Amino acid sequence: MAMTTLRHSDLQTLPISFTLNGKLQELDVEPHELLLDVIRDRLGLTGAKRSCDVQVCGACTLLVDGRPVSACTTLAFEVRGRSVMTIEGLAENGKLHPLQQAFIEHGGFQCGFCTPGMILAAKALLDQNPHPTEEELKHFMHGNICRCTGYKKIIESIMAAAKNISEATH
Amino acid sequence: MLRRFRLEEPTSVAEVSELLGRFGDSAKIYAGGTELLLAMKEGLVQYERLVNIKGVTYLNEVKQNNGEVHIGALCTHRELENSPLVKEKLPALAKLEENVANVRVRQVGTLGGNLCFAEPHADPGTLLIALGAHLVAEKGDGKREVPAESFFVDAYETALEPDEVLTRIIVPVPAQPSGICYMKFGYLERPSVGLAVAVKLNSGKTAIDDIKIAVGCAGPAPKRVAEAEAFLKGKSVDEATRTIPEAGETAGRASQAISDLHGAQDYKEHIVQVLLKRSFQNALSQCT
Repeated sequence: MAMTTLRHSDLQTLPISFTLNGKLQELDVEPHELLLDVIRDRLGLTGAKRSCDVQVCGACTLLVDGRPVSACTTLAFEVRGRSVMTIEGLAENGKLHPLQQAFIEHGGFQCGFCTPGMILAAKALLDQNPHPTEEELKHFMHGNICRCTGYKKIIESIMAAAKNISEATH
Repeated sequence: MLRRFRLEEPTSVAEVSELLGRFGDSAKIYAGGTELLLAMKEGLVQYERLVNIKGVTYLNEVKQNNGEVHIGALCTHRELENSPLVKEKLPALAKLEENVANVRVRQVGTLGGNLCFAEPHADPGTLLIALGAHLVAEKGDGKREVPAESFFVDAYETALEPDEVLTRIIVPVPAQPSGICYMKFGYLERPSVGLAVAVKLNSGKTAIDDIKIAVGCAGPAPKRVAEAEAFLKGKSVDEATRTIPEAGETAGRASQAISDLHGAQDYKEHIVQVLLKRSFQNALSQCT
């Protein structure tokens, strides 16, 4: 494998703009910068967590144009022109999202490390399938790992949130 | 941690091919990045340049063309799992795609990238071999079709030339009465064994007119197990059903299974036998 170290004169920066939790962000990134590092270290939003670093655990889940991605394995330039949501952008005007409320009421978390990714993945699911069966829920969420709860209460939380969202809109 | 690299953003296949030819081993095509970036983060491979192929817009279409489905190499697993055309014409492929990794990987990972990376523990190549798919490789003004069964050379190695680009996957729509089934088994994130069966019956549905069987994940590359196919072809449905354990043993031996983290060789051979029995039964049940 050809291996060289790029010279300083080869440095490449890409100007990107995207919306982060509804607000326009404009910054320069290098091609190799990962979305997770940009969001956490440069923009200071630490809700998304680095854990497995190989797209297995879901702790770094963010929504890009409403769809869940692993920020640990997404190059930052890929979100140019797109809309990114982190857990910090979910509550509106201090009012928790029904999913956040349901996770509190149904004990959907213990240590909380997986919770931002869990809730964002669940939001992506409910946005495209407001009334999932438990099987559909498990299939969609199986890439989000929790080592505390045993999942039962997470499933209960999401099912309760689905019900609450649907009742609130009817 | 990723090392620095430069990004190239061509907008045509010819440009992609030219860049690959010009920079050789120091450049690599980047599509979804779901496998490439992991290997780069681990430091297993390093590239001076990544060639982002996603700017080549027409590579993400799924189209019907006479008796074939043409799948653009940049289609994501998620797009294929939800494609009405794939669901209707190739339901076994839609189902396979629905079960690749997890939803985040399926969201960005592409079928073409999956095939070209040729990670041994992947799903799609195995089914595409059983379906008799052809892969279209392009460079400059040249174009050729490679049968899926000769595309995979070894672990992480394909039949593509250094400046060739996989642009399209052509899958013939199976003639009826037929049944297609892909099954996998594993206890880690990736499967230990994947197995695909495509069976075509005679018009009276009493005998095996044709059958293709492919095994993946067990060895370095997915492969057809012609010995097991020959054993079953021409048999009556009843006899084939009765002797399927024997076919499974043959398939296990022919799978060139290797011992690795995902299981010992004899264990994998046994799983091949079990999966062949189950997927054969499933495929037969589709021949209505």
